[in-house]
Amino acid sequence: MTDAAPKPKRKNPVARTRLPTLPPASRSRAALGLARAAAEGRFEMQACADCGAVQYPPREVCGSCLSERLDWREVANGGALIATTTLRHSNDAYFRERLPWRVGTVKMDAGPSAVAHVHEDCQEASRVRLALKLDRSGQAVLHALPAEDTPNMNDSPQLRETHCDPKHRRVLVTDGRSTLGRAMVKASLDAGAATVFVGDPATWKADAGFDAFVASDPRIEPVALDVTDTDSVDRLAASIGAKVEILINTADHLRDGGVMHARDVGLARDAFDVNVLGLMRLAQAFGPTMCFRAADGTHGAVAWVNLLSIHALAALPARGAWSASKAAALSAALTLRAEFGGAGIRVMNVFPGPIDDEWEQLTPPPKLAPSAVAAAVVRGLRDGVEDLYVGDVAEELRARLRDNHKAVERELGG
Amino acid sequence: MSTAILAQFMAELLSGRIRLVDLTQTLTPEFPTIVLPPELGQAWPFRIEEISRYDERGPAWYWNNFSCSEHTGTHFDAPVHWVTGKDQPNNAVDSIPVENFIAAACVIDVSAEAAKDPDFLLTIDFVLAWEAQHGRIPERSWVLLRTDWSKRSGAKEYLNMAEDGAHSPGPDAEVVPWLIRERNVHGFGTESIGTDAGQAHHLNPPYPCHYFMHGNNRYGLQCLTNLDQLPPQGALILAAPLKIRNGSGSPLRVLALTPRT
Repeated sequence: MTDAAPKPKRKNPVARTRLPTLPPASRSRAALGLARAAAEGRFEMQACADCGAVQYPPREVCGSCLSERLDWREVANGGALIATTTLRHSNDAYFRERLPWRVGTVKMDAGPSAVAHVHEDCQEASRVRLALKLDRSGQAVLHALPAEDTPNMNDSPQLRETHCDPKHRRVLVTDGRSTLGRAMVKASLDAGAATVFVGDPATWKADAGFDAFVASDPRIEPVALDVTDTDSVDRLAASIGAKVEILINTADHLRDGGVMHARDVGLARDAFDVNVLGLMRLAQAFGPTMCFRAADGTHGAVAWVNLLSIHALAALPARGAWSASKAAALSAALTLRAEFGGAGIRVMNVFPGPIDDEWEQLTPPPKLAPSAVAAAVVRGLRDGVEDLYVGDVAEELRARLRDNHKAVERELGG
Repeated sequence: MSTAILAQFMAELLSGRIRLVDLTQTLTPEFPTIVLPPELGQAWPFRIEEISRYDERGPAWYWNNFSCSEHTGTHFDAPVHWVTGKDQPNNAVDSIPVENFIAAACVIDVSAEAAKDPDFLLTIDFVLAWEAQHGRIPERSWVLLRTDWSKRSGAKEYLNMAEDGAHSPGPDAEVVPWLIRERNVHGFGTESIGTDAGQAHHLNPPYPCHYFMHGNNRYGLQCLTNLDQLPPQGALILAAPLKIRNGSGSPLRVLALTPRT
């Protein structure tokens, strides 16, 4: 049974901070198909369209019939753990720091055998579940997990290398006044966060409900933060930047209005200022310190979460300016993912459908409860995914974009 | 003659017998702007971004870009700001005759009343009582409302928002037309975020200071500070807005010249 991850010790303020190292990252282009599945928490393998063989590792051609017609498909993730060994030596800087490390061979129900990282609760010669996880390099790796969940299994040191559990970590929710922001704070606390810094972009606002909410848990620390004000972002980063292990950017500026028939670009400018430039200001102020702290103790900086929208991928003309800002934010987030990559910090982009808040008043159901989005974000952090589609609307749009993006375009525009 | 007066004026300034008082709030990102319902167009707050600071972006120089609305920080309201003033001649900051940027000021101290009641409204009777003590308001004079609102620290105190909106003092709907008709005032100035009271949308007409002052081609000044350093009568105000084409107002430096007492 896995021991619960202990609360991190207080840091010795004069000790050197260990710098982050990364596991080997190079992959063939074919192998990156695994990353696509792992990014969303799916279990997919390469399968031959001609002979039907499932193969691992991924290759350019089918290992049994040499066909080039290889597809990716979701396959059964069960298997049998044939043999294990525990590494006590490695020449790789990343693994050297994390020894001992358990690996083993799994005979997959889907066909192939694979070498996988093996969870400490897995017994040799027993059934296991395989999962594709993103490691700190952002590459997909196979982890063999117990067939049934075991207590504290997510706390095993090897598995912790693949996820971003808020437990015992300090979280910054950039806008805690919004309905979603508040739900995000609550979900982070429920997940065991040590501290949640709650960004307040409108300290002048009278809202007894918010004041009571902030006072409801001693782990909540309200902080003034307006992402449109560089000075405000910089000041906050200077005071708490070295304490933020997970940053969840909930700041959003959602207004109705298209492009041509808007009276001016004022609304678009406000949306871009919050949704795009706000993200960049936060990244410039908080990012470098988070990179530096990615291997700081047992609970270093680990994740950056962007609350985007499914309309970052498919413009909603009724909210054209806002959609454009979300698309731009997604593009910026992808750059940020590349920039955080060197430190092994996960950038998780969240694509919810419409959320049940005041700005979606006229949007017909189904709408997502803010608490459902927040719970999905926590789940995503625990699972270590990097792209998270939340709710039926988002998942359906995502599937239809893959199928026929032109149909989506025509229908959203209609 | 004028040359001699100007020379004497400079001498008085240099000797300190005429004192300059800065009535301007510092422009900072955290200084509040007026709050409107979120679905309406919003005035930009003051924002500032460094262009360079003796660094790779510009090795020998420091400078910033800033952005704000015409109605951010200590600012001037031109008549064109309000729909009632839209057809007035010379109603925008670029066309207002420059003589109008210098005027005398009467400072009506309601700080005690405002401390007791943040919704305090200035009335005709209050002005008449003030005149009985300090003399009649001269023609073409600013009327500045001293509320000590500028001493409230932080946006929360300053905006003084409750569940039903902002609460700050201002003039009532009768005193504004009276000041124009009976005293021919130059304009109205306040320490709070607008020339009208926080709850002025409930007055008739709503926002009477904007409605009547601008409808009669008069001006507004708001977010003033240091009004407590001015005498009830006798100060001169220099308030020249930026020359924005067809501008409805502008942030500006407001200076008062007062006799040293």
